[in-house]
Amino acid sequence: MVAPPIIAEQIAEIKSDRVVTVDFEDVSICFGEQQVLDRISFRLERGATKAILGVAGSGKSTILKLALGLMRPDSGRIVVLGEDVTAMTEDQLFELRRRVGIVFQESALFDSLTVRDNVAFRLIEEGKTSEEEIEERVREALSFVELEHTMDLYPSELSGGMRRRVAIARTIITHPEVLLYDSPTGGLDPVTSNTIIEMVVKQRDVYKVSSLLVTHRLQDAFTMATHYFDRAENKMKPLPPHARTEVPFSFLILRDGRVIFDGDLKELRETRDEYIREYIS
Amino acid sequence: MDIELVSPSDWAKHQIKAVQDYAVVGARAIGNVFSGPRYFADMMQQADLIGVGSLPIVVLTGFFTGGALAQNSGVTLQRFGSLNLIGQLVSLGMVRELGPVITGLMVAGRNASGMASELGSMIVTEQIDAMRALGTDPMKKLVTPRVVSTVFMLFFLTIISDAFGIFGGGVASALFFGVNMHQYWSSAWQILQSQDVIMGLLKPLFFGFIISSIGCYYGMSARGGTQGVGRATTQAVVASSILIITVDFFITRVSMTIFGG
Repeated sequence: MVAPPIIAEQIAEIKSDRVVTVDFEDVSICFGEQQVLDRISFRLERGATKAILGVAGSGKSTILKLALGLMRPDSGRIVVLGEDVTAMTEDQLFELRRRVGIVFQESALFDSLTVRDNVAFRLIEEGKTSEEEIEERVREALSFVELEHTMDLYPSELSGGMRRRVAIARTIITHPEVLLYDSPTGGLDPVTSNTIIEMVVKQRDVYKVSSLLVTHRLQDAFTMATHYFDRAENKMKPLPPHARTEVPFSFLILRDGRVIFDGDLKELRETRDEYIREYIS
Repeated sequence: MDIELVSPSDWAKHQIKAVQDYAVVGARAIGNVFSGPRYFADMMQQADLIGVGSLPIVVLTGFFTGGALAQNSGVTLQRFGSLNLIGQLVSLGMVRELGPVITGLMVAGRNASGMASELGSMIVTEQIDAMRALGTDPMKKLVTPRVVSTVFMLFFLTIISDAFGIFGGGVASALFFGVNMHQYWSSAWQILQSQDVIMGLLKPLFFGFIISSIGCYYGMSARGGTQGVGRATTQAVVASSILIITVDFFITRVSMTIFGG
């Protein structure tokens, strides 16, 4: 079966362009006596999304914090958007972090600020944007996550799913080139999880944002690998079966601090590794 | 509950590391005063929280400490027929020693714990990481305003505490020993010399720094969820209180060496 032309055209547009945005080279880190990451290497191309999978405590969230320079590796090199984050000072990292956004596992919204001030935080801190523009951009970011009506609420007044969506709005307000999602659907019901995955897919397919997505939910990763965002209908739709390797989406599986798989959906389905087969079954 | 045995060398290393980390927090808090960005709105908010918020407890503790000091010293002075010296004794005691220390301890109990729990909660809920990820230095945004505001406000709170302490001493002297208030005030005022005032007002500058830097240090190093935040809060109050009393001893000694008696 051949995909209808409109779908083929959209899929062609959302392919990555081979420029590397995140590059981990032999990165290791220990917490005390425990080796959390052991010489891991992988690359993320511009416009692509990579799901990082593994059991709890396998170092998935640590990868995101390392990519953003929130933690320093014991050895190895991490290059993000052409900058070696392992050699940068905290002040230099603040500049790079304008181009890289992160959605934390528990949202990490500032509980003493309203939704508006949380989403506008970076713009307010930079002090370069007028009040009117801040208001407009906050509305734009909140409308992306369909939460415009929550502007004056505090995080404690929101549900878990809403907090996660506000965290996404806070991250995308400056239109970062790379997005890091730390278990964005963890602990949420299937419907809310699907809404969030749809937003991640929209970022990938419409805004061409490169993403690393840490998740425990295998079905989220498979949804992202088998769906695309239809701009005409403004919703996520399944890809035709033959086109499922066409979207820029790949899997990275960790075990005992090492990468045991790095490839696309087709390669994952064909793997003979017993552990991986059991993991994805 | 598991009890973990730690070797003496590991314990010593841990303590040295803690002192080193505290020194870094303290040095960066001071260094950030001289480099931008400066968060004046946050400083004002903290000044209100620390200064205005602590005013009732500082007024009350100052008043009653002065009153208690007058009662205790009044009995002894009466024995020697020197009750007219009560104003001088209360005044010197409050300005040089009790005003700064009592105010420091009160503000430590109220604010070092508040800072440790607030920053500790932000650490365990990843809000501090989020702040860094959003391009803001938490040391500049959270720590420096707290340090500057505490040093500034503790200075004025100490003056208020001294004044209410002397007033409390006067009320107690008049009530229990029939001392003339006018005579009390003039003797309390006349005995004070510039070195007494300098010594008394030098202390809150150090105490303010101790309270805020210790509170922020324990908050920023909180680990292990809500239990860790609780532990950080307790440690902040204990450490800042001990340091206030220890540093008070040394400032008193140095000041007496410099100014004499």
